[in-house]
Amino acid sequence: MDDIDRSIINALQEGFPICERPYAAAAERLDIDEAELLRRIGALREQNTISRFGPLFHAERLGGALTLAAMRIPPQEMDRIAALVNGHPEVAHNYERDHVFNMWFVLATESEAELLAAIKAIEMETGYPVYNMPKLEEYYLNLRFAV
Amino acid sequence: MSSATIVPLPDATDRALIVATQAGLPLTPRPYHALAEQIGISAEEVMERLIRMQECGIIRRIGLVPNHYALGYTSNGMTVWDVPDDRIHILGPQLGALSFVSHCYRRPRYLPDWPYNLFAMVHGRSREETDAKVEEIARLLGKDDRGHAVLYSTRILKKTGLRLGTRGD
Repeated sequence: MDDIDRSIINALQEGFPICERPYAAAAERLDIDEAELLRRIGALREQNTISRFGPLFHAERLGGALTLAAMRIPPQEMDRIAALVNGHPEVAHNYERDHVFNMWFVLATESEAELLAAIKAIEMETGYPVYNMPKLEEYYLNLRFAV
Repeated sequence: MSSATIVPLPDATDRALIVATQAGLPLTPRPYHALAEQIGISAEEVMERLIRMQECGIIRRIGLVPNHYALGYTSNGMTVWDVPDDRIHILGPQLGALSFVSHCYRRPRYLPDWPYNLFAMVHGRSREETDAKVEEIARLLGKDDRGHAVLYSTRILKKTGLRLGTRGD
């Protein structure tokens, strides 16, 4: 990653134009040409230096239901319970964390009712309570990092 | 939650556009034309729809998200804080304004087991750096910090992504 890559990452985190030739427009501001910008974004994507380039969606506004849920699982039970929880297709990602509340997963469904049904099903199957922690308010979401 | 915000839901064509951009914007000189061809509408309509979805907040922005692990931010702590409910609307935005906080949300407490109502993701290049940033938040909150914890992830148990836009109408 060189200085031009860094300036691309910093500039494009702020946004990208919607017009006929957006790469040409963005490239002009970076003092490079369209072909070079396309080539460099492709390379950054290949190298996994960027995790996404494109529209960033507001998940809650796509019409489905989404929540963060937590569980307290005895460490010796973790693998067994994780397999049960992960078996639900509504579980998008699941992390083990170093706290008594040691299992944290995101549930995504089409409706609020399905969300609550999935939580109930997980509680029944595992025998442990699921703490539903939906976002009540968003104060900030920023995935920008100066490089 | 979806019920908390009233915005028009994406229609079937919007959803087709969302699905078409799941993997990202096409890397071709006229990306919106490429999307138009893919879903069978005009490029003008693609651009109008993207602008409208951006205006109503379905799209936060069109842009780039760096992989913070690849950039060296490998110590990512989920910090959770017990702050007074009647002050959270002031404190939440203050935490969110810190450069090292990427997400900041209010979530419900479950007393007595879970007293924390304010969540902030803190990113650092080392555990020491992240811990120092947590201390900085504690100083900023002062007496409003009635207790906090930092939860580091120790293992990814599942990672499938959100399958955005694949839901039917």
